Amino acid sequence: MVFAGRALPVDLGPSTTRRAGVRLAPWSGNDQRVPQGRLAIFSYASVIFVVLLLVGFWKLQVVQSGHFADLAERNRVRSIPIIAPRGAMLDREGRVLVDSYPSFSILLLRDDPKALQRSIPQIEEGLGISHEDLQQQLEAARNGPKFQPIVIKPAASLADIAFVESHRADLPVLELMMVQRRRYGHGEMLANTIGYVGEVSAQQLTQSEGHYRPGDIVGKAGLEKEYNETLEGTDGMRRVVVNSVGQQVRNLDDVDAIPGKPIQLTIDLDLQNVAESDMAEKEGAVVAMDARTGEILAMVSRPTFDPNDFAFRIPTAEWEKLNTDPATPLLNRTIQAQLAPGSVFKIVMATAMLETKAVPETLTEYCPGYATFYGRMFKCHVYGKGAGHGVVDFHRAIVQSCDVYFYNVGKLLGIDRISTYANMLGLGHRTGVDLPSEETGLVPSEQWVERVYHRKWYAGETISVAVGQGAVTTTPIQLARMIAGVASGGTLVQPHLLKTLANLLTDHFNISEDSVEKITQGMYGVVNEGGTAAGARLQNIEFCGKSGSAQVIGYDVRNRMGKQRQFKDNAWFVGYAPRRNPEIVVAVLVQGGEHGGAIAGPIARDVVKAFYDKKTARQQQTATTEGPAPSGAPGEVLATVGARQP
Amino acid sequence: MKDRPRVQDFDWTLLAIVAAITSVGLAEIYSSTHASAMAGLQWKQLMWIGLGIAGMMVISRIDYHTLLDQAPIIYISGVALLVVVLGLGRAHFGAKRWMQVGGMDLQVSELMKLIIIIVLARFFSDVRTDRLTLADLVKVAVVTCIPVGLILIQPDLGTAVVLVPVALLGAFLAGIDWKHAAAGLVLIGLLVPVGWNMRNHLKPYQQQRIRTFLHPEENPRGAGYQILQSEIAVGSGGFWGKGFTKGSQNQLGFVPVRYSDFILAALAEEQGFIGVCLVLLLYLGLILRLVDNAQKAKDRAGMYVVMGVTAILGFHVLVNASMVIGYMPVTGIPLPLMSYGGSATAFVFLALGLVMNVRMRRFVN
Repeated sequence: MVFAGRALPVDLGPSTTRRAGVRLAPWSGNDQRVPQGRLAIFSYASVIFVVLLLVGFWKLQVVQSGHFADLAERNRVRSIPIIAPRGAMLDREGRVLVDSYPSFSILLLRDDPKALQRSIPQIEEGLGISHEDLQQQLEAARNGPKFQPIVIKPAASLADIAFVESHRADLPVLELMMVQRRRYGHGEMLANTIGYVGEVSAQQLTQSEGHYRPGDIVGKAGLEKEYNETLEGTDGMRRVVVNSVGQQVRNLDDVDAIPGKPIQLTIDLDLQNVAESDMAEKEGAVVAMDARTGEILAMVSRPTFDPNDFAFRIPTAEWEKLNTDPATPLLNRTIQAQLAPGSVFKIVMATAMLETKAVPETLTEYCPGYATFYGRMFKCHVYGKGAGHGVVDFHRAIVQSCDVYFYNVGKLLGIDRISTYANMLGLGHRTGVDLPSEETGLVPSEQWVERVYHRKWYAGETISVAVGQGAVTTTPIQLARMIAGVASGGTLVQPHLLKTLANLLTDHFNISEDSVEKITQGMYGVVNEGGTAAGARLQNIEFCGKSGSAQVIGYDVRNRMGKQRQFKDNAWFVGYAPRRNPEIVVAVLVQGGEHGGAIAGPIARDVVKAFYDKKTARQQQTATTEGPAPSGAPGEVLATVGARQP
Repeated sequence: MKDRPRVQDFDWTLLAIVAAITSVGLAEIYSSTHASAMAGLQWKQLMWIGLGIAGMMVISRIDYHTLLDQAPIIYISGVALLVVVLGLGRAHFGAKRWMQVGGMDLQVSELMKLIIIIVLARFFSDVRTDRLTLADLVKVAVVTCIPVGLILIQPDLGTAVVLVPVALLGAFLAGIDWKHAAAGLVLIGLLVPVGWNMRNHLKPYQQQRIRTFLHPEENPRGAGYQILQSEIAVGSGGFWGKGFTKGSQNQLGFVPVRYSDFILAALAEEQGFIGVCLVLLLYLGLILRLVDNAQKAKDRAGMYVVMGVTAILGFHVLVNASMVIGYMPVTGIPLPLMSYGGSATAFVFLALGLVMNVRMRRFVN
């Protein structure tokens, strides 16, 4: 023991023996001297230490206080975006085609890389995200600012939300955000026109200069893209105070989201339904338009897709599939399919013939089923089916769609006049429809051949173009507009889908009353006089039109390849009603449909019939409501009374 | 000359400073906990202070000479208690350092602080000369290291380390040979690398604390998170502070154990640099007043007792304040008189009882 063997000192002071009844050990009180110097050193040392500590506090609280105040604020306040719901799309009668509904997205906060790395395995397991997928997303966001969270799970299930809520403390890198998901209530219907939304691309992000954040949803195609600015609205921001375990303690302030504006379309859901069901599994397009205003009433493109698949983030594999599908489901065929118009082009020929008077309107030809020009045989569509058309005049040439007649018209007109009139009637350039990526089609000319192929125009090419073959291509919407233009006496409307679209551009071309009368008589005959679309006849409705069966490839090639499906003729029919000053025009394309009048015609007929059925029903309704009741607002009555007074 | 020590002879200046510090502490405990599940913690702390004051009265009545006289027995009892605690004490926060006494958890190692003060005071006053021999130093080291080792095994690095300054300051005051001091420094210099290589034998949480101290930014959500959040609290307080109960770091729980070990961070946030100045100057006043008591002690034994108390309190303040601003690792050393904690608070008042004990008897013969 330490104390055991210590020898007691001999000299015990006089004051150290006994005091107040307490026996005092001999060791105590033996030295009254206190080391004053060393105690003073200790005091000075204490002062120095306190000064050093105060210097330390000064550094944090005065020198760096701004920095730490920032950090404290960032600890305390979390900004959560309030996503503005995207505007709805309504049909012309206010029926909802597309809207948005709230859903939760899971955000990954990236401002703490170490915590992030540590949390990844748990996140992957808890949310069921594959390692590769998450790594890919982190990699993609690598160069973005660290304080911007990324969306790792766009459509969180209830289980996902519960996972985030229950791991607030140990997985503070996760955050929930309410988002608005797009809902395409009618699925594939009108899909190619409506388009789809998707996550903003890296390129759009940089171009937007801060307008977009990663993970924002923007319109990517169709109307979603065209009217994105109207539809998207302005996101708000919620600033909340959070405590150390990430629970929201209270709201600081909200900047409300400004919802996107709804847009009303010219589409009539009923007509759209008819066209959709008529097209069913066929490949092709239907576009129905109010011939007076250019309002598009129905727009179908087949094959198509379900835009709900894109509603947030489409899996890469699925996107690849849609994008590389040889059937091109993402193509909006009404405005993007550039195909030979076939015999529908004969309306352009007829207009040019009557207007230029380069060909006498009394022209008659004998059709034996073929004709020979420049040493080459050109077949009529009746070739090989018994006799030809026999003697054909202008009217019959349209009604029976006699190719031989129009070969001759083409030969007499020449390519210059044909291309001039084709351009005048709106072919070869965009119609101006309010959709992105409309195609122009092609009207060939001598200049075009020289510019593109550096060669002279072959006279034989004119013969092909005369029946809408050869190099000439059009889109369905161009043909609808063209036919409506001729039948209305020279007015080319601007097709459009937005009900309230202002500053519509209307084109006019000169066509005489006589020409309109003759051509529309011909188109009336196509349907009503046993013409090529006799099966499309409608009672009490002046349904007219022009059919076309356009070769996809030349006869020669086709004979070599055999009759495979993709080489079957495209069936066209552009129908309208009534004969003069039409109210509705419908262009129908059935790819591989072979017989324009028989296959495409009935589809146009059904749409037109639906249009007039609705119109009749509406008229009857107004008739019954207006009939007996002495209707009128009180104001009107007063005005009437006032007017009677002398 | 008075014959009997009386309560009137307490150091009322010292007690006034103590009262000021405890008041600030109680207010900050209230501020830190009033909106949490621990609301009302200041009343519990006040109860501990009351118990401490009662203990102070009792301990001041027992002549410190008597206590020092019984030093060997006290020492052996203390060490035995530590051993018992190691065997029986229940795990609390992962450390066996608590004993249940009458329903209250009491930290035996806190008691050990008092014991080491008494034992070393006795030891140093036994040294007659003005210079410690090497043998003396070795004995001091052995006496100190036994309880330090036992507390380390608990494991409670903080309390174990706190015992060392009592020996160091005692040695300094007793007159350490500068050659010995230099040798000791060299020895420590040699032991640090050895200890560094031995770090794998430390408890994981201790390794973590060292790592965190050396690289606080490495793991902002783990232990380094505590230091970082403490620094943010202190720094964001600025010069004037955010105001009583207005500190976001404190109120939203970002500051770790804000009512206890990190109470100075909570105070720094809400009362600013001004508040920190006031508190640290109060502590300096406390230390200087304790030194004054040591200077006026009747004998060296009394001086050593008072300076033992001073060494522990001063070390606590220095280490705790340094930790709050990130100058030292998180060791679990509370701020005396301010941090919430029963045993620690009781210890301070019992230690102050020893000081009063010495002061009351300075004129008594």
